[in-house]
Amino acid sequence: MTEDPKTMTCEQFQAQLSELIGTGEIVADHPHLQSCPRCRALLADLQTIAEAARQLLPIVEPPDEVWEHIESAIKKEEASTDPHEEPK
Amino acid sequence: MTHPRFSTNPPDATTPSSAEAMLPVEQVAAVAPAALPRSAEAEILAQAQAGDHLAFAKLYSLHKRRIYSLCLRMVGNVSEAEDLTQEAFLQLHRKIATFRGDSAFSTWLHRLTINVVLMHLRKKDLTLISMDEAMEPAPEGNPGRSFGARDLTLSGSIDRLVLERAIGDLPAGYRLVFVLHDVEGYEHHEIAAMLECSIGNSKSQLHKARLKLRDALRAFPRQEERR
Repeated sequence: MTEDPKTMTCEQFQAQLSELIGTGEIVADHPHLQSCPRCRALLADLQTIAEAARQLLPIVEPPDEVWEHIESAIKKEEASTDPHEEPK
Repeated sequence: MTHPRFSTNPPDATTPSSAEAMLPVEQVAAVAPAALPRSAEAEILAQAQAGDHLAFAKLYSLHKRRIYSLCLRMVGNVSEAEDLTQEAFLQLHRKIATFRGDSAFSTWLHRLTINVVLMHLRKKDLTLISMDEAMEPAPEGNPGRSFGARDLTLSGSIDRLVLERAIGDLPAGYRLVFVLHDVEGYEHHEIAAMLECSIGNSKSQLHKARLKLRDALRAFPRQEERR
């Protein structure tokens, strides 16, 4: 059964929130939020988190050993597939 | 917001077979700045596709941060992220000749890396188990609803390091969906296809991840006060 958006409780509203956000609709216009500061604050927090996540940058540098291992593994692979190499 | 798009990744690759020695990474970093004009990167890419090891090393230098950061955020573990970065670039080396330019190279490499990470997680049975567990977390692990709790809200800005730490502490299923959607910009239908779950599941995981992050971020100042 679908709840009346104007009379729904916080629990009912929050149970629907993932679907409401996922549809891309403007959740801020939902009737429940007009009279519920707690759910407005929740929504604002979730939006703040999503916005902060979008601004995370790939700034972590891998240690040099990672490249050394890649280089070594490539050399091994190429040695094993080199047609000029003498059969063992 | 720009975000990576799917591209099919032909599995059969021709491995370049040049025996030319590669440069140490410090030298590579010196010759390949983090950002290059698109035409310069295209030239490096073409050389790497032809088997030029120096060009491949430059590609590594150009993309290593993004790939390593992606791995680290997806698995939340430094050692695994290093192994996965290594595996992603080895796969790239095997498959680079098959890249046809249907999408941006960075997008193609990004998707290749996600496949490497997901394959790794599936081998560990982490993805499916954790996704299922995440749907029914233990009572103390439930992300906070907000109908009885103290009315604490986040301030307008979130410290990046605190957020990174909180993401790393998320359960694996939550973390995967959050990183793919909110950090990397994939849509729910794309995530559902990647993780072989329903779109509804992806939405639900994302919402619970955000709720759990909210709990963690609100708790952070109190944890700091106790130190």
